[in-house]
Amino acid sequence: MTERQIDRSRPIPGTTVFDAAETRRGYALNRFCMSLTEPGNREAFKADEDGYMKRHGVAEAHRRMVIARDFGGLMNAGGNIYMVMKIGAVTGHGLYTIGAMQRGETLEQFLETRQAKGAR
Amino acid sequence: MAGRIIGGIGSSHVPSIGVAYDQGRTQEPDWKPLFDAYGPVRDWLAAQKPDIAIVIYNDHGGDFFFDKYPTFAVGAADRYGIADEGWGPRPLPEPEGDAAFSWHLCESLVYDEFDIAVCQEMKVEHGFLVPMHLCFPHDPAWPVKVVPVAVNVIQHPLPTARRCWKLGQAIRRAVESFPGDSRVVILGTGGMSHQLNGARFGHINPDWDNDFLDRLESDPDSLTDLTHQQIMEEAGAEAVELIMWLTMRGAVSKRATRIHRNYYAPMTTGMGLIAFEEPA
Repeated sequence: MTERQIDRSRPIPGTTVFDAAETRRGYALNRFCMSLTEPGNREAFKADEDGYMKRHGVAEAHRRMVIARDFGGLMNAGGNIYMVMKIGAVTGHGLYTIGAMQRGETLEQFLETRQAKGAR
Repeated sequence: MAGRIIGGIGSSHVPSIGVAYDQGRTQEPDWKPLFDAYGPVRDWLAAQKPDIAIVIYNDHGGDFFFDKYPTFAVGAADRYGIADEGWGPRPLPEPEGDAAFSWHLCESLVYDEFDIAVCQEMKVEHGFLVPMHLCFPHDPAWPVKVVPVAVNVIQHPLPTARRCWKLGQAIRRAVESFPGDSRVVILGTGGMSHQLNGARFGHINPDWDNDFLDRLESDPDSLTDLTHQQIMEEAGAEAVELIMWLTMRGAVSKRATRIHRNYYAPMTTGMGLIAFEEPA
């Protein structure tokens, strides 16, 4: 290895680096999310969320988070933001809602921190 | 006869821009500064009439997943589909490619020691489409053929900033060895500062972004020393997308003139725009 790109002695507060450890532990969850890019799969998920996730090999703890719409939990469980957003596309939770959950705020509280909140 | 790079454009590719565009909200007060800023770039492209746009972007789970996530993937098709990212495909025409040009590019890159994945089928998504519809008209069809070049900026280890810069230099060599008179524009997309994960969600750094734009213009070599750690610390975890702007800048000569620049940071992303024109 030549130059190191990530300095693990300097963790960035409040930040997850989506690296080998994250993508391995979130693999089944993220793969389920990716399946939601097919319209038929979105319908099947909506019809029976738990059954659909079981068939896609999602761990029970993660299934519970999905059903509880605990997006902060999913992001802490190896979820990749671009994949987790595909759940939100089905359930009606947008990026800023997911972001506010990660910050421990309501959507309204989060939007108050922005310059021009009409640009969303 | 040889291909020629006529210029390069750096542009953010934030998906909410696409949503606002599809909903006809481009003139709302909070969106107008973003959309209007593209007017001079659209005019310049309309006058220059490039034949081919090489678009450096990243796939966010539109077509690629982590089962096989390529570090660099180059489209080699005559047509590219529109990906369904989970919200249904956007109402945009499918971009046409130029497979002969793409295969030349791929051959040149591989023999130049860039071991890319060559993709004969590829669906493009917001990372590609947002800059395209900001820069080009598309009703009923796009006025330019495209080469999508996807870069892994989402699953570490990512290619280094310097590697992305060198890819741009190799793209320039490929274009200039193409036995046709194609006029080529290159788009580097993504960024600028933003973070979408963790309690630091929403972190932006306008000062850092503007310094990046300054250096992209006058001292781009200095940016190739940036590590992913440095970019993430200053500008947020997802700001690493900016290494794709270095591919654009590496493909554009030092003699190019910066003809347009804009910066707007309304929500969670520094939305940058910069355009370079090569001397005639």
